This record gives sequence, C-alpha cells and structure tokens, in this order.
Amino acid sequence: MKYSVFSLLKNAFSGHKNWQAAWRNPDPKPEYDIIIVGGGGHGLATAYYLAKEHGLKNIAVLEKSWLGSGNIGRNTTIIRSNYLLPGNNPFYELSMKLWEGLEQDFNFNAMVSQRGVLNLCHTDAQRDAFARRGNGMRIDGVDAELLDAHAVREMYPYFDFENPRFPIKGGLLQRRGGTVRHDAVAWGFARGANMRGVDVIQGCEVQGITIENGKVVGVQTSRGSIKCKKLALCAAGHSSEVASMAGLKLPIESHVLQAFVSEGLKPFIDGVVTFGAGHFYVSQSDKGGLVFGGDLDGYNSYARRGNLPMVEHVVEAGVAMIPAISRVRTLRSWGGVMDMSMDGSPIIDKTSVHGLYLNAGWCYGGFKATPASGFCYAHLIAKDEPHKVATAYRLDRFRRGLMLDEKGQGATPNLH
Amino acid sequence: MSGFRIARGGLIDRSANLNFKFDGKSFTGHQGDTLASALIANGVHLMGRSFKYHRPRGVISAGASEPNALVELREGARREANTRATIVELYDGLTAQSQNRWPSLENDFLAINSLASSIFVAGFYYKTFMWPKSFWEKIYEPLIRKAAGLGTASKEADPDTYEKAYAHCDLLVIGSGPSGLMAARTAARSGARVILADEGSALGGSLLFENEEIDGTTGSTFAQAVISELASMPNVTLMPRTTIFGWFDGNIFGGLERVNDHVAVPPPFEPRQRYWRVHAKRAVLAAGAEERPLVFGGNDVPGVMLASAMRHYANRYGAAAGKSISVFTNNASAQRTAVDLQAHGINIAAVVDTRKNGKIINVKGGKSVKSVSLADGSHFECDAVAMSGGWSPIVNLMCHRGAKPIWNETIAAFTPPDMGSQFTAIGSASGKMLLSECLRGGIAAGTFKGKTPPTPKCRDEAFAIQPFWWVKESTGKAFIDYQNDATAKDLPLANREGYGHVELAKRYTTTGMATDQGKLGNVNAIAILAEAAGKSISEMGTTTFRPMYTPVSFGAFAGPFTGHHFQPVRKTPLHEWCVEQGAVFVETGLWMRSSWFPKAGEDWLTSASREVKATRANVGLCDVSTLGKIDIQGKDAGTFLDKIYCNTFSTLSIGKARYGLMLREDGVVFDDGTTSRLADDHYLMTTTTANAARVMSHIEFCHQALWPEMDVQYVSVTEQWAQMAIAGPKSRATLQKIVDSFTLNDETTPYLVAKDITILGGLTARLFRISFSGEHAYELAVPADHGNMVARAIMQAGQEFGIVPYGVEALSIMRIEKGHVAGGELNGTTTAGDLGLGKMMSTKKDFIGRMMATREGMVDAARQCVVGIKPVDKTMKIRSGGHLLNQNDKPSMANDQGYICSVAWSPMLNMWLGLALLSNGRARHGEVVKVFDGLRGHHYLGEICDPVHFDPKNERLHA
Amino acid sequence: MLIPCPHCGTRPVEEFTFLGDATVIRPTSLEPSSMDDWMDYVYLRDNPRGNYAEYVQHSGGCRAWLVVTRNTGTHEVHSAVAAKAMKAKP
Repeated sequence: MKYSVFSLLKNAFSGHKNWQAAWRNPDPKPEYDIIIVGGGGHGLATAYYLAKEHGLKNIAVLEKSWLGSGNIGRNTTIIRSNYLLPGNNPFYELSMKLWEGLEQDFNFNAMVSQRGVLNLCHTDAQRDAFARRGNGMRIDGVDAELLDAHAVREMYPYFDFENPRFPIKGGLLQRRGGTVRHDAVAWGFARGANMRGVDVIQGCEVQGITIENGKVVGVQTSRGSIKCKKLALCAAGHSSEVASMAGLKLPIESHVLQAFVSEGLKPFIDGVVTFGAGHFYVSQSDKGGLVFGGDLDGYNSYARRGNLPMVEHVVEAGVAMIPAISRVRTLRSWGGVMDMSMDGSPIIDKTSVHGLYLNAGWCYGGFKATPASGFCYAHLIAKDEPHKVATAYRLDRFRRGLMLDEKGQGATPNLH
Repeated sequence: MSGFRIARGGLIDRSANLNFKFDGKSFTGHQGDTLASALIANGVHLMGRSFKYHRPRGVISAGASEPNALVELREGARREANTRATIVELYDGLTAQSQNRWPSLENDFLAINSLASSIFVAGFYYKTFMWPKSFWEKIYEPLIRKAAGLGTASKEADPDTYEKAYAHCDLLVIGSGPSGLMAARTAARSGARVILADEGSALGGSLLFENEEIDGTTGSTFAQAVISELASMPNVTLMPRTTIFGWFDGNIFGGLERVNDHVAVPPPFEPRQRYWRVHAKRAVLAAGAEERPLVFGGNDVPGVMLASAMRHYANRYGAAAGKSISVFTNNASAQRTAVDLQAHGINIAAVVDTRKNGKIINVKGGKSVKSVSLADGSHFECDAVAMSGGWSPIVNLMCHRGAKPIWNETIAAFTPPDMGSQFTAIGSASGKMLLSECLRGGIAAGTFKGKTPPTPKCRDEAFAIQPFWWVKESTGKAFIDYQNDATAKDLPLANREGYGHVELAKRYTTTGMATDQGKLGNVNAIAILAEAAGKSISEMGTTTFRPMYTPVSFGAFAGPFTGHHFQPVRKTPLHEWCVEQGAVFVETGLWMRSSWFPKAGEDWLTSASREVKATRANVGLCDVSTLGKIDIQGKDAGTFLDKIYCNTFSTLSIGKARYGLMLREDGVVFDDGTTSRLADDHYLMTTTTANAARVMSHIEFCHQALWPEMDVQYVSVTEQWAQMAIAGPKSRATLQKIVDSFTLNDETTPYLVAKDITILGGLTARLFRISFSGEHAYELAVPADHGNMVARAIMQAGQEFGIVPYGVEALSIMRIEKGHVAGGELNGTTTAGDLGLGKMMSTKKDFIGRMMATREGMVDAARQCVVGIKPVDKTMKIRSGGHLLNQNDKPSMANDQGYICSVAWSPMLNMWLGLALLSNGRARHGEVVKVFDGLRGHHYLGEICDPVHFDPKNERLHA
Repeated sequence: MLIPCPHCGTRPVEEFTFLGDATVIRPTSLEPSSMDDWMDYVYLRDNPRGNYAEYVQHSGGCRAWLVVTRNTGTHEVHSAVAAKAMKAKP
C-alpha cells in the first residue's frame, strides 16, 4: 500500500482497521541466494538496494532481535558529509545525496531535515584544520562554509562566546547536514525491501557459519540451518563475534557510546552543533527533545550502557557551551555498541572466505552512512567489485599501510 | 471539578499562608503544600495541555510520575520548563506558567488537532508530508517543530550554582516508606553506615498519607519516631529531597539532591542542587509501587486521578479533588480512597469495580468531570473520578544494568529481577502488597549480623486484583500515555502494521517516551499490545529501563565545572614574568601560553613581526616551559630510548643533545623533541607541548608492559623546570653576563651541548645549545621557582643588546621560515619520510613503529610530504587549509594534490609563506600549483619550494 | 565502574585510561616474513564478549600499567594486576 495523505484519509474512514503490515513476518526458507546478517539500518538498506538496484529477490535479512534494534535505533540521528580524507568524503556525500531523495524513493517519511551541522572552533589550529576540511569538501562540490565568531553568534546568540577558557572563534558549517528520524530509516528500508520480495526475519540469531572448501554455504541459526550462496555480514558492534564464526579476526574493537535526550522543549536549537573544546554535540528532535552525546566511555564493552563519569564529562561541556542549558533536564541515557575500527574508518569488502562479505567498522559514524553503506555493499555483493566511492574501504588497507585515519590517532580504537 | 481545602488535618501548616501565581492569577496555599495540592485546594484542575491533541489536562498523580501537570516554574533566567507541579514544594512568591498552549490554557488554538485525531493516529507522520518534496523542509517540518515540545527553556545563563559530592556507605536505602525505614533503622542500630534517601520533601513515604496502624499508633506517628531516632545516630545520613536516579557498575548510584528548589532563590553560597555519586556496599530498593490508571473513555478529563493520589492529596495536604467522587478500580486498594474521602466528608457517588463487572465506559466533561456513564447504562454525576488499575513495583533502578523485570500473575505486575545481594528490593517495590510484609522485609534487609529483630505489629489491608486492561466499549478516547496522547487503539494498530514487538510499538506509537518515561502507562500498553499480538504479558515483556529515573538537570551533572572552571588552567612558571611583559595569552590545551608581547598600538602581527626581527637582529627571550620534560635514568636508559625513538640515543655523548623522532607502533610519527644525555645513565627528554602527557604514558607502557626487564626509571619534570629560549646573534653575549665562572664559546658550549651549570652566583641551571628559531640560540632551564627571577635577570642582561620577549606567534613565524615541522605537520598521519626525516629511522635496531613503517603505503613515493610554498604574487596573503591542484586540473577530490598546513607572514622575507603537504612533493620544488581556497573564495598560484625559506645553509645557527 | 588498583586500592573508573587487549604479544622478529605477526599485534583483535584482559593505566593515580580482567558483557571487574608483575612471571 502506497503511503500518502490519501491513503491516510481513506484508512481514517475505516477506523485504521485496514492498514497492512509494513512487512511480512516470514519463516526462513531452506535456502537463499544472499543472506544478510543483521537487520539494522545497514543490513536492511543493503537488502533494499540489492532488490531495487540489482533486481535480486531471493534474499533474507536475519535479525537476532527486533528490527532496527541495534545502532539504527540508538544513535543521535545526525547526517553530514564533512569528512576530511579523499577516501571518505565522496562516500559520505553519496550518502547525503541518497538521504536527499530517500523518502520519495522508499515512500516513507523519515523526516530528513537539513537544518545544518555546525562544528565550533576555539583555536587557530582548529580553524586551520576546518579550513583544510572545508576546502576538501568544496573541492568536490560539497557545501561548506567557514564562519567567524560573529556569524556563529548570529545563529546562536545564547552560546557562551566569552567562555573564559575556550572562547568560540568560529565554525565550519555544512547547511545540508542535519538529522533524520532514525527508527523510520530502518522501517522505510525494511518495508521497501519487503515489498520487493526480501524476507525480513526477526528473532533469528545466526549461531554458526558453514564453510566448505573455503566457500560459504550456509548459516546455522536459532531457527535452523539455512543455505546460501553469499553471506553478507552487517552486524556493527557484534561484527567480531559473527566474523569469528567464520574464523576471521577483525581490526575492530567494540566500545560503548552513550547518548542522551532531554525533556521535550519548544524550539531551543535549530541545527546540529558540536562543541570544539569538549565532547558535546546537540540537536533538537522534531518532538522537542535535545538529543546529545559526547565521547566513548573508553573501555571495550558489549553492554549497551555506560557509566556516570562520561555523563558528567559530556554535560560539563554542554553547559560550558550553552550556559542556559543548565536548567534543562536530561531525561534518558542509553548506550550503543560501536564497531570501532583501527583507523576510525569503515570496511566494505570481500573476505578471505569465498562468498563471505564484510560491512563493519563504522565507529560512531554509521547512521549517516546508512544509505550509501547499503548502496555500496549491495554493489559489492552483486558485482563482486567495490563501488567507486568505497574503494578505500578495503580490509587489506591495514596490511598495505593505506589507513584512513581522519583523526590521526593510529591503531587505538577508543581514540577515534 | 471543584476541589477545595478540607477544614482540618493533613501535614500542612495552615498558619503559614504562601502566595503564588499560576498563569498570572494569584492564589494562596500553605507551608507543606505542593504546587499541585495548592492548585487543587484552590479549585484549579486544568493545569496543562497534552502534546499532540492539546487536550485539557489536570493533575493525575501526586508524585514523580506526573505526565500532565507540567509547568514552567519561575521566570527569566531561572525559568525551568516541564516542572512537575506534583513535586514542586510551594514557597511564597512562586510563579508558574502553563505550557504548550496558545493563546491561553483555557482556550488553546491547537486543540483543533483533536478534530483531526482520526488522521493523527500512531505513525501517521511516517505516511505523509512527503509530497511535494520541498514542502517537508519549507512548510510541514517548521510547523511541526513549532508545535512540538512542551515548555520553553530560558535562553539566559543559569544564575544558580551546583555541586558534586561523593558518599560511601554500608547500606543505601532508597525510599523511606515503611520498608525503607525498617531497613535503615535495623542496619543503623547494628552500627552500619546508612544513607536513607527519598525523593520527597519529607521522609516517610506512604506513611505520610496512608491511614495505617503500626505499633499501636498511626503510621505517620510511627514514622516520625523512627526518623527522629535515625536523625540522632551519627552513622546515619538522612537525605530527603534526594532522588536516586540511576544504578551503575560497581554498585554506584547517581543521586540528585534538590537543596534549594523549595525556595525562590538559593541562599548565598548555597547550590541549587547537588549531584551525588553514592558507592554502597549494599543497597536496598524501597521505592514503593506506582498505581496504574485504568484505560477507559475520557480517562484524561481533568478530575480523573489515580485513587491513591486522590487520598494522598486529601490526607496529607487537606486538598480534596472534588465534592462528589466516582471510584473505578480493578483491585482492592481503591477502597481506601472511598473510605478516606468519606471520612473527610466527601460524597462517594459510585464505586465501580471491574471485579464485579462494573465498568465506566466514558467520562463526560471537557475541562472538568461532569459525570460518568457505566457499561450497564447507568450514569453518575460527580466532579472527580478516582481510578486504580493495580500497582506496579517501581523496579526501574534494578533494571538499569540490563536485567528485565519478571511478570507476577498474582499481583498483575512486573517485579524486580534478582540482582544478587548487592542490591535487593523490599516492600512494595518487590511486589509485597501488605504492610506487615513491608515491615518484615525491611527489617530482614537491614540485618547485617545476628538474629533478625521482631517486626512491629500492624494492621494489614488485604490486597486482591483481577487484571482489567481496557474498556473496549468506550467511545471516547482512552489514553495510555497521557502526555504523548497515545491511545489504547494505537497499540493494536501498531501490531497490525508490523510493529508488534514491544520496543517497536513504543517507537511507533511514542508510548512511554514522554517526560514520565511510561511510569504510569507502560504496563497497560504492554498488556493491550500482548493481547493484540496473541501473546502473554510475560512473553511481550517490557521496554528497557534506563537512567534517569526522573529527569536530572544539566546543571547538576556539570556541577561547578563550567565557565572558567570548565577545565583547569595551567600556567607556566614564567607566567608572572610574561604578565609583566604585557603578554597576550593563548589557550594551548590546558596551558595559557604567551602569544605575543604588544607595545602600545600594536596588533598581533605587528607585535610578532617586531619580535621576530628583534630576535633575528639581536636577541629574544621566549617561555618554552610548556614543552614536556621527562627525566629518564637507569643502566638501560640509552637502550630503552633506542626502542622509543626511531633514531639512536645509546651512542649519544654525555653532555650532548640530539633531535629525536618517535613513531607510533603503526609507523606514523608520534612526537619529536630534543633529548640530552646528562650522565652515563641519565637522559632528559623533551616532548612537544601537545603530546607531553601521551608520551609519558607511552614510556610507562613500553617499560612496564613491553620491556619490564630493562633497568630504567622515568618521571615527568615538566612542572619542575622553567625553561627559556634565548635566541639571536646576541644570545651568547646576554647569557655570558649571568653564567657563573666560565666563558661561553664554541669550545665550552658547542652546538647541541647540554650541561649543568650555575648562574647568578650559584643557582642551579641547565644549559642547552639548541635552536628552533634557526638562530644561534640556547635554552636555559632553572628550577621552576627561580623562573621569573632568572627571566628578569636575563632581560636586564640583554637590555644593552636590545633584548625582547617573544611569544609563540613569533616562535611559529621563525619555525615556518626555517621549515621546522610542528603541530600542523605532525598531524598523526605523517611518516618520518613525509616530514623529510626518513633517514633518521635506524636500520640497525628494533624500535617502536619500525616494521609497520615499511608497508608499501607508508613508503609510496606519491605520499604527501612537506614542502615550502609561497604565493607567486609575492604581495598576496596565503592561508592554511587551501588545497593544492596541478595547474591544469579541475577542482575535485580525485585531483587533490595536498594542502597548506602552516602559514606565516615572514618579516625577514617580507611575504607570506608556508609549509604544505604535497604529493611527491620533494620532487616538485620549483613547480607552480593552483591553490584552491573555496571557503574563502580565493584561488591563486603558489610556488613549491624547499621548506627552509630563510637562511637555507643554516649559517646563523653557528654564527 | 570501580577498579581495584593493586597499589592504590579500589578507585573509580575515571582515574584510569584504557588501552586495549593485553593478550597480544609484540613480535621480536624484524624479518619481512614476520609481517603477519606484526599485523596481528598492531591491528587484529579477538574483541571477545565476556572475560577480557586489557591494559589499563592508573593515570590519575600511581600511573602503573595494569592488566585488568573484566567482563565486557557485564562490566564486572575480576582482577587488576600490575603489568610489570604479570610480565615478570614465567
């Protein structure tokens, strides 16, 4: 059923009793051409684009829990394409372009909202780094503006510009950056994939990977064995666990990142803003909550929850940036398990096992990448060669010394 | 609805009148009232509007779970949005405004949303607003954003202060009702260190409002006696007004103490709130249970309240919700409301009990209750409805570390999971519904050793419940989540559309996502969803309980660490001297560094240029104390440094300094600096300012985790020494005047010498002949406390030579003129080869980063390496961050050749120049490239050159 | 989270800095053929859910590097031993 104001009105007359399920609830078939492990944003997007762009139908997405229960359901909803390195930004810009047409494409309002992403700077060195980054965006036709303190003040007059420790000197603004209703992205892709014949299977945990003669032939799951020709891992923070079922060891550690939401407020902050003198970024959802976050807790974790020191650390920075926020209340905190790679950049590649593909290492940048990740992963799975904007995301880049280290922190995942 | 003040009784001080304003209208309440109780007593029941439909709403609870009666409390910079009127203690002069309404609470324009409610079902917005495409951002979303949210936050800086505090105890008791009091008293009497925390303004919990009988006296008298005893014990800390909001690893609890929220303005030197981290050896959850609403048509009309809240207001505050009440229940407890209210002389119009097949199908009334209609066709006029859908133990804290609560059929509620002995639940928080069980459970939990003391005698009110979740016959809207306007029908709809998992239904319908986080509505939602999905409640399960139990202000989490105190300030030992010299400071990490030393009328560039010229012409003095200094000693110190640095230090002569480069294990440059050998087994390392702490930690790791067998010791001495660079042709002559008894010349102090000397008649000092400026230069280190004095002496000594102080700006200009790499080039991605220092990597030893530095990508000729760059048009300014393109290439990332990392105006060469990273740059000196600076609309030609712009033969260094 | 520092006693997590896996062993060979071992050491991680031995520095205390054994699923800390002492054992 196509969603529109007309379908909504029509269903209103019948008391909303005739809406169809957005996706079927199928039992696993004995065999698929392609099995995708992980029913999160990336896995569902991959299935969607495999069906839509490559005409492939015999696909299953296996999700051990409920649809979108991973990081697609627990992020801070930001989209942007303001990366630094040539291997990264064209990919994120493809993602931005896909975001810009996504809702019409999959007929689901995910509330893509381009209200601007502003990174504040507080030192000359930060401004120089932003100039380098911004020009790297502009050189490829991506929008970027370098603002001085005055221009930032025009946008957000109630920030603390005279903060006696780290005065705001300006910022890098990407007006096309913004936010998206995160859960709706998973739902839109799931619905679109389902409509194109993909089996989206919830409550089906992959417990083993069957390899014969160096080739993937199937998976063992909590709902029985399923055969497949190609197996595409898309398990984010749980990538290491799943990959280990195929005997692979990844350049990835799993870390917890906390995020927070405040009570709902009337419009307080229009765009997304990141503080440059501490770990804090904030935006306001369409419901009114201030959605904010900061840095990793720092220790390896699969627990999806963090501890108080990082809460304090993040909020201190928030109040330093916006003194008025002090009387706003934090409603809820939660944690997600991040697949922190060794250079801070993702991996979309084949593996040493024939027919086994890997999509992982998104650190805490996975949400904004969702459409492009699915698009490029689908391309790789369908054609067995990387999409042209994802050629740097190879697994062998570590061995070859071609790291994509945006932050220059080296092989220390918790610093990326 | 027609609330009023009951003539007698309650825990309010009727002699203390407090004046307050709600929506501009003046009212009077009493000491001991909450804002909600005072409004009820004044006959005000319309207190808010709901989120989506802007339905008129009144208070429904008497505590933390309140979803409706949210107000903007206080005014101006102290305005707080979404404050629950049920927990605001009334004070004289209080002002509050209703929220989410326009133009007024009484007449709210957006109440028209209710008319469209047949369209505004769960998830409607995912299905529309998509056409035409541009309308979402231009029209639909701005309207939605404007309408969204509840209260309006102040945009002025918060004038109040906050504190952080830490506490440790043997037993933390969370909640001070009957079970909590017993646990605290029992533990305290046995000598344990006890903290008793309660979110309420007064301790006592349910004993403050329930009519109980314990030990032959009333519940509240009994509670007062226990509290008095606890207050007198030195091992007990009583913490009223303190919400324990979260449970974290290590049995650490987060707490929020509302120190001064009950007064208009905190007294001088007192915080508004205090954030606590409590480390408890053991903790007990005695937070009680939350009464659930029933789900029926009009269950949100102002005047429909939880049955327990209604008797709470009447018994504790003397505030009657109405003159004639209907009671609607599925369990025994609501009978107490009927009995209590009748005792206050209030008429009970009807008691409707689903256990006897009674059902209220609709409440009539818009902004207040007029009557109720029952399934059997009868009607009762009344002005308020008390409802009870059962009781949910407040399990939240016990589920904060990932465990799920357990469904208990007998009491029709989720009970806490077993989390071991560190944290246990007692009383009604554990699903115990009888007072005697609560008292007994408290005593057992408080018993640390020996025999369990006897339980006080009490009267029990029998509890029984038959679950009843939804009056499906209702024609009016039946709300599940009041604030977010999620109705009972939304849940089967969500299930029908595929969102039948409890977590998906939550997200699709927004049930449980409001400021009360589903405290009232979630169990009803789960039950209705389970039925729609054909599952049991136990199979359906709950969503995830997360901190905070109730919302916590940003201010409290931040404490004093904001504004000036956001981060500590590090000042160098020479700070005082820098101030005397008129330095302008710049934040460098935590350090305040002297940036330039302007004379009257000079801007930074004029000042820095003058400082450079004076230094290069004569002599300058610069504070370089922020450089990291690590003292390294031991038999193996040299071989240890050989592992740390890519070049060799074990062969360094005693009394000499050497430039060292260290890599990370991935082969990328980590840090650089000059390290000197002071004795056979004694080195002094310097690091960059930025990496001082990381290098120290790295050294500690390398020794302790990699090579513990090495005999080496290390300590940071960064703060023990004041260090000054004395640079320029007259530096030697200047220094000569302060050193004791030796002549400075190329024999005694050759380039790269490092020696202990004395100055100014016996003061300890270390002298290094090293140079970052490219001049004949020295660095002099003296014990930190002597720094200012020595700097003054050097200035005096250099006066005749025209000495100037110079700051980091001048330092930066000189290093760029000389092509020395610094932060802009040591960016964590460059290799030794990129910096032109590839030859420093020894091939004769193992060192950190050696193997990884040999990978193909690390030695690729096409890598970007450091070059000099200058504008072809020498009058032009260049800036950092411009990207480099081959002259004939179009701008694109694919064509990108590199970028400008550092620039400076060179007063020596009278032009702007810089350092850049350029692909295959060393082979391209002399080439002209296009500089793309789209951010600043500036594109120009630049000439690539050797990074050493000034004095290429290094003649000045040895002059 | 609390960590029992063998020198300083039980201290809160913010005093500590986490580095990562303490089971990886730095190779000694500098031969090109040892590159696999070096790749393992620098880049590849077991990243287990469950018990995990990690290098942690008590950076806000005694500054000792510790090997902490902790459950990454529950955050339960089992032990903390000075890395130096650990290495000294055969």
